[in-house]
Amino acid sequence: MTNQNESLLQVRDLTTTFHSKGRALRAVDGISFDVRAGEVLGLVGESGSGKSISLRSIIGLARDYGTVEGNVYWKGEDLLTRTDKQLQCVRGSQISMIFQEPMTSLNPLLTIGLQIEENLKAHTDLDRRARKARAIELLDTVGIPSASSRLKDFPHQFSGGMRQRVMIAIALASNPELLLADEPTTALDVTIQDQILQLLLSLAKNLNMAIVLVTHDLGVVAQTCDRVAVMYAGRLVETGSVRDVLKRPRHPYTLGLLKSVPENIPPRTPLYSVPGTPPALDALPKGCAFAPRCHKAEDVCLGSKPPLSVLGDGISSACHFTVDIREEVLA
Amino acid sequence: MSSLSYLVSRLLQIIPTFLLVMVVIFLLVRMLPGDPAIAMADAKATEAQLELIRQKLGLNEPLVMQFFYFVKNTLSGDMGTSILLKAPVLDVIIERIPVTAFLTLYAVCLSILIAGPLAFVAALNKNRGLDIAIRSGFQVGLSTPVFYIGLLLLTFLAASLRLFPVGGYGTTFLQHLHHLMLPALTVALYTSAIIMRNLRSAVIEVLDADYVQFARSKGLSRSVILGRHVLRNALISTVTLLGLSIGNLMSGTLVTETVFAVPGLGRLMLEAIFARDYPLIQGLTLTFAVMVSLVFLFTDMVQAWLDPRLRLS
Repeated sequence: MTNQNESLLQVRDLTTTFHSKGRALRAVDGISFDVRAGEVLGLVGESGSGKSISLRSIIGLARDYGTVEGNVYWKGEDLLTRTDKQLQCVRGSQISMIFQEPMTSLNPLLTIGLQIEENLKAHTDLDRRARKARAIELLDTVGIPSASSRLKDFPHQFSGGMRQRVMIAIALASNPELLLADEPTTALDVTIQDQILQLLLSLAKNLNMAIVLVTHDLGVVAQTCDRVAVMYAGRLVETGSVRDVLKRPRHPYTLGLLKSVPENIPPRTPLYSVPGTPPALDALPKGCAFAPRCHKAEDVCLGSKPPLSVLGDGISSACHFTVDIREEVLA
Repeated sequence: MSSLSYLVSRLLQIIPTFLLVMVVIFLLVRMLPGDPAIAMADAKATEAQLELIRQKLGLNEPLVMQFFYFVKNTLSGDMGTSILLKAPVLDVIIERIPVTAFLTLYAVCLSILIAGPLAFVAALNKNRGLDIAIRSGFQVGLSTPVFYIGLLLLTFLAASLRLFPVGGYGTTFLQHLHHLMLPALTVALYTSAIIMRNLRSAVIEVLDADYVQFARSKGLSRSVILGRHVLRNALISTVTLLGLSIGNLMSGTLVTETVFAVPGLGRLMLEAIFARDYPLIQGLTLTFAVMVSLVFLFTDMVQAWLDPRLRLS
């Protein structure tokens, strides 16, 4: 699994710390994962678990707000050691990102044509005419009707779903090899959500583009991802192939998330939810961060943080009792 | 096409404003204490002579009729004759408009030149030494009365160092620039303090906006991000404020033009008030109202040009 040649992106011990009123808040706490060419990796967790910050840390958008440590190897080169100026040729061209809020992520004062073309201008040698043609082609690709007549339109003339498509078109402009997608469907209607996910999947397949898909929805992961990494309170608690993890979660938190997805239940059954709430960043417990909400927790959980350890079958989990959990699920 | 209809509808809105201003001016002037006839005549005038003047000015007519004549005459370009200068009000005003317009525009340009770059520097160094230094500097400017700054500048730059003339307007464009430097700077220091604070917080807010983060993730250069994405968005709220401060700035010319002996509308207004020159006061107030309305109209046009949501909805 850790064949280095296959990995496009290797994240090692990524740690992002914010400093607020003299206190250090660790939003991302030493996470490591790989993304291989063309694969879709799901990064799952509740709000505030550090998913979005992790994505932003990878391309250097978080360091204006806090300290980012560790290594992010992109094709063997550490992005974290690069300056903003040196990152310009990677951002938007090799690694692109799309954001959660289509309503606020496009500049309201600029035509969408300009917002696509400025990416092309920064990363390609295309002239004006070719940039325009490419912009129309991109809008066409993401499924915007009568694309050529819409270049001069402003973001407020599009619906939420259409704006998300425009954002995807902008991100795809220079044929990136990796797309970082930060909850791209959370702000959309359910029917539109599905369309956007299908679009992303087909684009990834056709363009051989890898995706890191941040979401809080295991249902989305099950539909779209090859591998999944579950995040809790800034740390990865479980990683593995989607099929294995969803079928046999080794970590109690993953199990809890899975049980909260309503599936095949009779009407009027109360929905399950993991008891309690995630800990605040300034009040992280000394031991396992999930221990206060975990039904399996014992003294050892309160005393020390379990490391993410490989369990075989390409699955890793960070729990003191992974073996028991496994038996429980199987039983 | 929709931009044009926006302009037309905005122009039509000026008409009611204009009428309302006429009513207010008319009533205000009539509520001022003192008899204009006494002000016009010399001290030894008899009651019969005063009565003659009152009749000439129409002061014995009912208020409604006076107002009707006022509107009718104003619209036909006749604003009466100045008691003080013994010349048609319209001619006197038209002669002085360029001076005040020049001064105001000059002050606005200086404000923008001072506030714009410093606001950006402060915002990009938020809460660091440079930001705090810039903000404290402007705080002093903001809390010092305009006339006091004016007197300081006059004393040091004009009287002691003789870099600038102490008053007047000059005849050529370059002379205007030279003569009006100190009065414009005086007003600009105050205005730029307001603009700087607003623009700084607008830039800070926009820098954190999703669309700026998205622009950064596209790998755009810093200059494109700041110039195209940050500046335009930050300007929207600042342009409104700038328009409002130009209104303030015009009333500020009463003080500055007097301190710096600039032959503009502001100084004329002050003289007219002291002389109880009713026709001139009316004419000047109306002129200021029209100028301020035009500035607001221009501000709205700039807003619409910046923000397509205003233009196209």
